[in-house]
Amino acid sequence: MLARNSAAELPAAAVGGWRLRWPLRRRAAPAFSDGQAESGLKRAHFTEWRLPFWLLAPQLFILLLFFFIPSVRALIQAFQLTDPFGATTQWVGFQNFERLFRSSVYWSSVQVTVVFTVAQNVLTLSLALLLAFASNHILRGRGAYRTILLLPYAIAPAIAGIMLAFLFNPRVGPVAHMLQGLGLDWDPNRNSSHALALIVMAASWKHICYNYIFLVAALLSVPHSILESAYLDGAGPIQRFLRISLPMIAPTLFFLIVINFVYGLFETFAIVDATTRGGPAGATSILVYKVYQDGFVTLDLGSSAAQSVILMGLALLLTYAQFRFIERRVNYSV
Amino acid sequence: MNERTPVLDVVCHLILLVGAALVCLPLYFVFVTGTLTQQEVMRVPMSWLPGDAYFTNLQTVLSSANFGRLLLNSFIIASGITIGKLSVSVIAAFAVTYFRFPFRLTVFWLIFMSLMLPIEVRIVPTYESAANVALPLNILGSWLGMQVLVDLDWNMVNRYSGLILPLIASATATFLFRQFFLTIPDELCEAARIDGASPWQFFRLILLPLSRSNIVALAIILFLMGWNQYLWPLLLTTEPAMANAVIGLKKLMPQADSLPTWHLLMNAALLTMLPPTLVILLLQRWFVKGLVDSGK
Repeated sequence: MLARNSAAELPAAAVGGWRLRWPLRRRAAPAFSDGQAESGLKRAHFTEWRLPFWLLAPQLFILLLFFFIPSVRALIQAFQLTDPFGATTQWVGFQNFERLFRSSVYWSSVQVTVVFTVAQNVLTLSLALLLAFASNHILRGRGAYRTILLLPYAIAPAIAGIMLAFLFNPRVGPVAHMLQGLGLDWDPNRNSSHALALIVMAASWKHICYNYIFLVAALLSVPHSILESAYLDGAGPIQRFLRISLPMIAPTLFFLIVINFVYGLFETFAIVDATTRGGPAGATSILVYKVYQDGFVTLDLGSSAAQSVILMGLALLLTYAQFRFIERRVNYSV
Repeated sequence: MNERTPVLDVVCHLILLVGAALVCLPLYFVFVTGTLTQQEVMRVPMSWLPGDAYFTNLQTVLSSANFGRLLLNSFIIASGITIGKLSVSVIAAFAVTYFRFPFRLTVFWLIFMSLMLPIEVRIVPTYESAANVALPLNILGSWLGMQVLVDLDWNMVNRYSGLILPLIASATATFLFRQFFLTIPDELCEAARIDGASPWQFFRLILLPLSRSNIVALAIILFLMGWNQYLWPLLLTTEPAMANAVIGLKKLMPQADSLPTWHLLMNAALLTMLPPTLVILLLQRWFVKGLVDSGK
């Protein structure tokens, strides 16, 4: 979400998108006859309440059933203890959280998640930057490269995982054979760091294209006049990129870092489940996978709910960060 | 800046070619493996050239794994999410930006809150809601001691409704349309009001046609997202015939102790990848717009 449920755009100049304003800030009220300005309300508006009520009803109803009630129940369940058959429930206060923080399995899952998200972020962003710089520099074949580089977006994370699991399969995978030929004893089914490397690669393979699009658009929006003057001062293309373009697209970089964390935390469930199933021995059991395992496999609902609440806190933090950066992604007009 | 940088040009092309190869090679191997027989898959080193068992494998996948049905399910889920989310969102955004009514900001905040918590962080209670939509009423009934409410049962497991509705419950699209409506000149609405148009007429005749390109761009993103759903179908389908194609692939994944039927898995994977890939290839311009607009 966030990534999925987010709204972010680039400066209008970049891709003909529209500028996003921080939605919740009251803008100065313009003088007009329709009375007071409300934030996010059109100056020319209608004043009736029956029609908007019916227009909003379907959205609010669905949100109530599948968003508000579940979210509130997740909060409640985090402070309850339920036996696996759902027969008895009792209030236990913060006991679930205490149990969680005392469990070494949970902390190893946290550790795996940190390593996984950071590695995926670094790999994704650096490769995307390299590709974006290269495609900005060349003149011929830009469109063809872009078409190919965009393909992974269409492919489900689970399929990206399955594909790489095959390529790196110690028994039949062509890439695994090459690695074995180089003398590396490659086996993601037994070696935990190999398994982690596999899901990092799969997650990055799927997500580089997303970073790439945003970076290309951001690089295009760097004012030409500044690059021109740097050129006249004798700066070469690489220098111009490092000294001018990169600092200027910093807000986009921060935004992408946040998005990559969101992706790594929440949207890689499918990659883990389809390839390693959290194994070997929990080496790839990222937080979101553990919530699923405790909630649906071992049926430890209290622990699962407590973990959900912690993830909710993370999601809120990341959303906040995301909107802070959107606000700052301005178009530099010189 | 027409400086000549022949060395850098070559390096850049190399970088892009390597990038393209990293994207294409796995896809190529999926295709090749899907055309091999069981014996050819087991052979070391594996063939880099396609075999001729593609249609035999395809037949096996369609008949024994029931993949035709799964692809249809994927299509229904993706279309349902796309159409449902767009229609619910566009009217909600219209209401929030063009009307003044009591609690308008409260409603906006309620909708905006749903942007913050992805379904992944609340899977257990969301599953319980879908397994029995009347659950809140049951709880209410048990408090009030009303047996009628407690006996209500509205199960969405293994139903398209259960696969679609919970995924519509987020305000991404609403938020985007709201942003777009805020950029539309006020004069249009004023002119419509002077001409005596009702709010609904203004929406249908002016606002919707103006939003067409945004709707198309967002529809592509939502369709891809719906087609590639994994976690939710995994939880909500117990009948194999109700799963979507991506879940079907997971079921085909060779386990440690069984015959490694990678050729069937890859054949099915190719089938599952094809529709979204075609969407991206044919509608690339729209897709990029939608992606950048929605930050998705």
